[in-house]
Order: sequence, then structure tokens, then C-alpha cells
Amino acid sequence: MNGHWIETTIAILGLAIITVVSRAFFMIPERELPLPDWLKRGLKYAPLAALTAVIAPEILMTQGELLDTFKDARLPAVLLASAYYFWKRGILGTIVVGMVVYLPLHIGWGW
Amino acid sequence: MSTLAQKVSRTVRDPHFRLAAVDMAGTSLGIAAWGLVTGVAMVKSGMSVSLALFMSLVVYAGSAQLAVIPLLTVGAPLWVIWLTASCVNLRFVIFSSMWRSYFAHRPLRERLAIGYFSGDVIYVAFMKRFPEPRPQPEQMPYFWGAATTNWIAWQVPSIAGILLANAVPLSWGLGFAGVLALLGVLLSLLFDRATWLATGVAATAAVAAFALPLKLNILVAIAAAVAVGLMIEAVDRRRKNRHPEMLLVPANSVMPPEERQHMKDGDVVPLREERHP
Repeated sequence: MNGHWIETTIAILGLAIITVVSRAFFMIPERELPLPDWLKRGLKYAPLAALTAVIAPEILMTQGELLDTFKDARLPAVLLASAYYFWKRGILGTIVVGMVVYLPLHIGWGW
Repeated sequence: MSTLAQKVSRTVRDPHFRLAAVDMAGTSLGIAAWGLVTGVAMVKSGMSVSLALFMSLVVYAGSAQLAVIPLLTVGAPLWVIWLTASCVNLRFVIFSSMWRSYFAHRPLRERLAIGYFSGDVIYVAFMKRFPEPRPQPEQMPYFWGAATTNWIAWQVPSIAGILLANAVPLSWGLGFAGVLALLGVLLSLLFDRATWLATGVAATAAVAAFALPLKLNILVAIAAAVAVGLMIEAVDRRRKNRHPEMLLVPANSVMPPEERQHMKDGDVVPLREERHP
């Protein structure tokens, strides 16, 4: 990220515009627009697709390669965090459980 | 300028402004934790403190910020970054159509400001207080009370996270908390077979296409997952001009069985509340 701070600044300004436009979207036109069905259906898949696309490589890959070992702190952390989520349905606890598993393995064992 | 100041002081003194702050108090803790995680994750991705502060104050969108951090780190092209954030923010487009029935009569500049400051939690509190979709004078002070509370509950911990993270070595891997936060949001969106399958496809595609330049693997994964999801729906239920309703599912809860059936029949599209901007 060093060096291309101008690009990062432009990216951030664009993201701010996305925040405004997405949250005000149907309030912007003067006349009311009907909510299209493709939007309702797309809503079910587009966000989860984008989130998965971003985090899957962050969890399963290292230096651009698929993990070739199970000795990686991220795997047990993600498994136990997911188990916690389906048990309690709380996102906050999911983060806490994940980090409690991850940090000792990562810092202590060097996984 | 003085009229704006008068307007602000009148809004702040309105009892509904304080009522909103009280309504929001319960969820503020969760928002604060999210803000902290996001602040830490931004700096631990390698972003400078000043840029991270700028991002937190200007973008003000929890999951979108977390999602684009890995993309910013590797210098992905702007349109991939913006497309990813837009997908993550899609639920707000739906919320905006609900906001419209309350605020359509306000001037455009105010509507844009209302949009910018409206997060999931504000939406939920507001709809609980004003279930009837028609404008009332006390809605403005209520909205701004909720929005102010939310803004403070988010920005203060986020900025604290940015400053504190700078003191912690990168090798600790604190940025992983951001990935876990997104994992939690993702799991809350998995309601049925179609959504699980779409996620599996997205994960496979994102990893398999990782070698593509310009972070295009993100785009490939989104396109593949949306296509698969819509295909499963088309196969599963013969839709005959059905117009699905939106159903807001509260955070930290399971969908009731009868709603689950409606979803399977394609009558409702579930929309999960998320406890962060």
C-alpha cells in the first residue's frame, strides 16, 4: 500500500460515494420507483458472493498458493468460530472465539 | 448558517432525539466492538494511520470497509474494489426504499444526508418506533438521535483501534479479526441449500482463479455464485411471476419455521440485520 496513496485516496472517496448512493438509492429520484424483483433476488446472492470471494483466499491460501498443511492457525480458528456462530448466532462471539484460538497458535506455536 | 445552527439545536433538544439514543444504547456495544475490529484490521493490512483515519471518517461502512481492505493492500483496480463494496452494500439499497416512505418530502440534500448516516441498527430501531410508513414531525429528531449515537459508537472505537493497532507488531496477525468478522456476517446470510451452494461455488472460484491478474478472481467468483444461486432457484421452484416480499431477520436469531417455508417457496427473500454500519 506504500507508494500508491493517491490511488488509495481515490478508492476511499469512491467508497464514500458508494456509501451515500447505496443507502440513499431509492430516496434520490423525485418520483417513486418500484422495487425490481431482480434486485430482491440478487440481494440474496451478491453480498454473500462478494464476502466469500474476499475471505476464502484469506483463509485458505498463503503466498498465492493453496495451504499444503493443516498446521495453520487460521483453520482451527475458522472452524471453531463457525461452530460458535451456529451454536449461539452471535457475530461478536464468533470473532472472539476465532481470535482466542488463533492468537496462541499463531504467536505461541508459530502456526 | 445560523438557521442550520438553530435547526441543529432544536433537533438535539427534542425529546425524541434522546429517546432514540436510549433505544440505541443496547446495540451500541456491538457496534463499538465492530468499530474496534475494523480500525485494527485497516492498520494491520498495512494502511497508514492517516489513510485509515480518513477511510473510517469518510466511508463509514463496516463490512464494505473490511471487504475491500485485502483488495487495497494488493493494489487491485478501482472498479474491482468499488464493485465488491457495492455488492456488500446492496442491502442498503433495499432499506432506502423503506426510508423513502418517511423522508421522500424532504429536500434532496437532506435525503442524501439521511442516507449516508443510516445503518442497519438505525433502520431496525426506527421501524420499531414508527411501524406505519408515513411522515411524522418527530421522525427527524428521532432519526438524528439514532444516527448521532451510531456515529459516535462506531467512530470512537474505530479511531481507537487504528491508533492502538499501530503499537502492536504486524506479526501478531490481529488483522485476522477482520476476516472473522466478515465470516460471521457471511454465515448469517446462509439460509438454505441455494445460499450454501452459492457460497461453496464462490469460494472455489475465488481460490481457483486466484492467479488471474487485477484481482479478477473476485469478479469471477461473484458472477459464478450469483449465476448458480439463480439457477438453483429456477430449478427448485417453477416461479410464475412471483413477486417476493422482503423479510428482515433480526441479528442473533434463527428464522422461524413458517418463514423458512415461505422462503423455500420463493415468496420471501430474507434480509439479515447486521449490527454495524
